[in-house]
Amino acid sequence: MANMRMDKNPMPEQDPLVRNKNFDEVALGYTAEMAIDEAKRCLGCKRPSCVSGCPVNVHIPEFIAKVAEGDFDGAYKIITSTNSLPAICGRVCPQETQCEGQCVRGIKGESVAIGRLERFVADYHMTEGHKDGPPPVPESNGHKVAVVGSGPAGLTCAGDLARKGYEVTVFEAFHKPGGVLVYGIPEFRLPKAIVAKEIAKLEHFGVKIVTDAVIGRAESIDELFEEGYEAVFIGTGAGLPQFLHIPGENLLGVFSANEILTRSNLMKAYLPEYDTPIRLGKRVAIVGGGNVAMDAARTAKRLGADEVYVIYRRSMEELPARKEEVHHAEAEEIIFKLLNNPVEIVGGEDGHVTGIKVVKMELGEPDASGRRRPVEVPGSEYVIDVDAVIIAIGTSPNPLILSTTPGLDATKKGGIVADDATGATSRAGVFAGGDAVTGAATVIKAMGAGKAGAAGIVAYLQNK
Amino acid sequence: MFKIVSKRPLNEANTVVEFVIEAPLVARKAAPGQFIIFRLDEYGERVPITIAAADREAGTVTIMVQPVGQTTKMLALMSAGDFIADFVGPLGRPTHMEGLKRVCVIGGGVGNAIAFPVAKGMHDRGIEVDMIAGFRSRDVVILEEEMRAAVSNLYITTDDGSYGEAGFNTVKLKALLDAGEKYDEVMCVGPTRMMQRVCEATKEYGVKTIVSMNPIMLDGTGMCGACRLTVGGETKFACVDGPDFDGHLVDWDSVIKRSKFYADEQAAAMDHICRITGGVRQHG
Repeated sequence: MANMRMDKNPMPEQDPLVRNKNFDEVALGYTAEMAIDEAKRCLGCKRPSCVSGCPVNVHIPEFIAKVAEGDFDGAYKIITSTNSLPAICGRVCPQETQCEGQCVRGIKGESVAIGRLERFVADYHMTEGHKDGPPPVPESNGHKVAVVGSGPAGLTCAGDLARKGYEVTVFEAFHKPGGVLVYGIPEFRLPKAIVAKEIAKLEHFGVKIVTDAVIGRAESIDELFEEGYEAVFIGTGAGLPQFLHIPGENLLGVFSANEILTRSNLMKAYLPEYDTPIRLGKRVAIVGGGNVAMDAARTAKRLGADEVYVIYRRSMEELPARKEEVHHAEAEEIIFKLLNNPVEIVGGEDGHVTGIKVVKMELGEPDASGRRRPVEVPGSEYVIDVDAVIIAIGTSPNPLILSTTPGLDATKKGGIVADDATGATSRAGVFAGGDAVTGAATVIKAMGAGKAGAAGIVAYLQNK
Repeated sequence: MFKIVSKRPLNEANTVVEFVIEAPLVARKAAPGQFIIFRLDEYGERVPITIAAADREAGTVTIMVQPVGQTTKMLALMSAGDFIADFVGPLGRPTHMEGLKRVCVIGGGVGNAIAFPVAKGMHDRGIEVDMIAGFRSRDVVILEEEMRAAVSNLYITTDDGSYGEAGFNTVKLKALLDAGEKYDEVMCVGPTRMMQRVCEATKEYGVKTIVSMNPIMLDGTGMCGACRLTVGGETKFACVDGPDFDGHLVDWDSVIKRSKFYADEQAAAMDHICRITGGVRQHG
């Protein structure tokens, strides 16, 4: 008999006013009892709409049924039959717009906490290991595939191919693999030890990872083919930060969110024993309303800022960040300056930021995106005094591969042209997916594209 | 891990140290003007250094380092046979050489370690190169023989007159231009103030001047924008758009301010190294 309670089991969390001073994980995870209780809320629909909301097709009702029985190992096997990185997805997927957004329990009450259950199963498995020993490593089929970029798209593609016996080498420009999972998403939302363990599992299946390798500079895509790789998957992400192009943007104390997050997450500047410096000051403004803006704001708070403002030109309703992150940010005393649009960053004689001038906005008619267009309120400019400004208004695909690979078609926005279903590009044997194709999106969409790319590569090599 | 193959001081005063690093992937493509980023160990920061030379067959890359900051001082304490955690490159665009016939390369201090491979690279391509190498004093002069072998005319200047011609390298440059020497381009590498002075000088003579910028960097691949500077009113990233730029278009005041952003943290770190650990990491 299903548990018909209307609301989800709440996620145990660190107290907001404690956690906004440390970098430990905010969400603590379900206990086995909570997980079983939550799993019993699933109705086990015959035609599960949740699965259609999942870019990597996790067999949701099936794994949840195993959780309800207390068979967490069985649940893990079901999840990982389609998803290589469950501990990561369970933490960072925007479930409310995907699986949980489709859940029938959400019509009258709250959906089943699918993400929290996925995380529970993955974490349980990380602590307890496989009951019947590590999964067998597939025999090599002799085909070599190169993956460029070790973010969610590249890792998923590599994992899927390695499980089928392909010899996969992943090239990463940074000194640590993981892409946005290590340089972008903060420790308090996705612990780096979790990412490292998920990557270690891929290495168990034979995936080789080469760090410090900038493909496009050290080696071209064509040279990878010359070295014997039969197919290449490009998952280089959207690393190029966009700026506002308003006066004062090159003042001291103006940063891209990428810079602050990379200093903090990848370089661990928040820990005293690491050499990389980071300095924001006591009052920090973040421009933008996405997940990256939330991450930057909460990082600034943890680095010791007293006042952290999120400046966004539309209203809370249009704020693109995952709802849970917004709630977390509010609880951590981040101040939302909604319907405010920056017009200038102001500085002192020493060239350092002293404030950000914004104009108030009101919402007009819906625009092409369906969201109500913000319109300036004339004469409403005012200055918010701050010591630092972090720009988090989005990123564009990195142009390095496109500019060094002849025959690869680009979209108007600088992405690589690739087929949604197979990842195939305009070059035979070259596949691409994730933010490098679409521009900045989500971890799970990149994983979906990595999966499609892996399937595309398998089909390509079988027909070659 | 990347092995230090050899290490040697380049002058008596030991202000510049040459390291040869085993890094075959970097050596294969490295061209004059490009740089690498290294990281000493798990706790280290990422530090950009211009490539001085690369040996494709041996798979080695040469860098010349002035031990002035925390990381470069720690590197200077390491020896041949030791390993550093990371060494990634080549990064940035190679120095533009197409169509040039006669160039004056001007270096200041440790900047000569970067100017030299560019001068040599140009000379190897058949470009006629005059080089002005400016130093503070005799004891910090580097690479004299190598530079002399690689260019048509080498002029060494010292600020205190203890070697070569007395005075700033800009004085010599003006003297050459006044004497009617014609260059397609002046290529300039050195401390920011010096590059700014060279640009002011060449602007009067209408000689195109390329500068090699060395701002604060983090990833070196265009991801963070820490290295951004204003060139001709546009924001550029030194790591992917440069490091070479038209010096007459660079907004020098903001470059100088940006370069000092972490001066306090750097000073604190140095203090920490000297007093507490004696330069060697105790943790880890």
